[in-house]
Amino acid sequence: MKSSRASTAIDAIVIGASTGGVEALGALLPALPTNLRAAVFIVLHLPRERPSLLVDIFKGKCARPVSEAQDKEPVVPGSVYFAPPNYHLLIDKGPQLALSADEPVNFSRPSIDVLFESAADVYGERLMGIILTGANQDGAVGLQAVQRVGGIALVQQPRGADAPIMPEAALKQNPGAQACSLEQLAGLLGTLANGRPLVPPHATN
Amino acid sequence: MLAQDFDIELRLLIDAIYLKYHYDFRGYARASLKRRLTTAMQHFSCRTLSQLQDKALHDDTVFSALLDYLTVQVSEMFRDPGYFLSLRQKVVPLLRTYPSLKIWVAGCSSGEEAYSLAILLREEGLLERTLIYATDINTQALQKAQAGVYALERIAGFTENHSKSGTSSSLSDSYTAAYGRAVFDKTLTQHIVFSDHSLATDSVFAEVQLVSCRNVLIYFNRELQDRAIGLFRDALCHKGFLGIGTKESLRFSSHADAFVELAREDRVFQKAAA
Repeated sequence: MKSSRASTAIDAIVIGASTGGVEALGALLPALPTNLRAAVFIVLHLPRERPSLLVDIFKGKCARPVSEAQDKEPVVPGSVYFAPPNYHLLIDKGPQLALSADEPVNFSRPSIDVLFESAADVYGERLMGIILTGANQDGAVGLQAVQRVGGIALVQQPRGADAPIMPEAALKQNPGAQACSLEQLAGLLGTLANGRPLVPPHATN
Repeated sequence: MLAQDFDIELRLLIDAIYLKYHYDFRGYARASLKRRLTTAMQHFSCRTLSQLQDKALHDDTVFSALLDYLTVQVSEMFRDPGYFLSLRQKVVPLLRTYPSLKIWVAGCSSGEEAYSLAILLREEGLLERTLIYATDINTQALQKAQAGVYALERIAGFTENHSKSGTSSSLSDSYTAAYGRAVFDKTLTQHIVFSDHSLATDSVFAEVQLVSCRNVLIYFNRELQDRAIGLFRDALCHKGFLGIGTKESLRFSSHADAFVELAREDRVFQKAAA
């Protein structure tokens, strides 16, 4: 990790998860500090056609406002946004939220790659990307985009993950990404308070 | 490639397309446009957007293939069945009061939405008095729509959606299956006029009772969204109806006050009394 990193504030966190994702997020999102300045964008693969209950599940567990992303909505710092089922979520200049009904990517809509790549364009090195448990390879390419622009790339340790395929694919594609346990990730998110510089995680691969 | 260079090249390409072919993508939302162009770049084996611009400008066939990347929306019949259920329950009873009906499906792409509405109106006994204008900027998509032929493997999904749209009839009444394809009834197509129209550059062409424009506005920036919604307002008759995509919103439009919510979850609106 570059030494200049420690002084760059994080303005956005993108999180991708699939199988086992609800439980993993249940361990992470409650760790978000009340004075979080970064916006949080989440793609969780879900069976389509089912109305997303994610907002209801996490509203009460989170210190920050949680909502389903709406097209053209301006991003409010410190808010948590879930991609709606059957739409891609992208971040556009502004920053504002954008949805698309384009073809699935990696058989997924929403796709983690689509979110991560568009967020990397807008936030550059002020972005943190986290790949959690999952049983496909979506997100590996997106995390590469996060690293390319100088953002921070984190991956849930495959051996602790409910489904290790997605974190394994992300680590394989991104040798520079750090593998962290859920506890380490939660601890790290807890330090992302207003104005505080990022403390790099003391993680082992 | 630097993100900054890409943005410069994107603007140049969009301007070039506008100047040469009169297709106006200048008001399209950047993030999706960028993603579509990146995919197109790979398809045409271009390393930069400038290379793609060179090809598109000097080779009409490249441009027409590029247009598919920029515009084609793969939809489904009766996508979001709740929308069609809301139309049946809240809009159809009022549509019955008109002796003749005009409906505008804006951004119809390959026609799935237009056929869905035609089928719904036939089930409700209204198709005979209805003319549906289905418009798009992609003329190749319009030709496909006019043909009304869809791959048979898509029909199972269409049928499932249709069955949740508040009907007891069967989708199979509306098509003939042959050689791996489903051909939709010409009696439906007779009530649909497919035509070339741009929400970015053209104006209102008829007074209609219902505008259905779903998952089109998400590809526009706010200014272009405003233009399109303004066209819908002007095209709609007194207390006419507007349906948009389930995740689209009028909230950020300057015309938000021109409409009242009729079915909140399914995004069906009614034009407010002037």
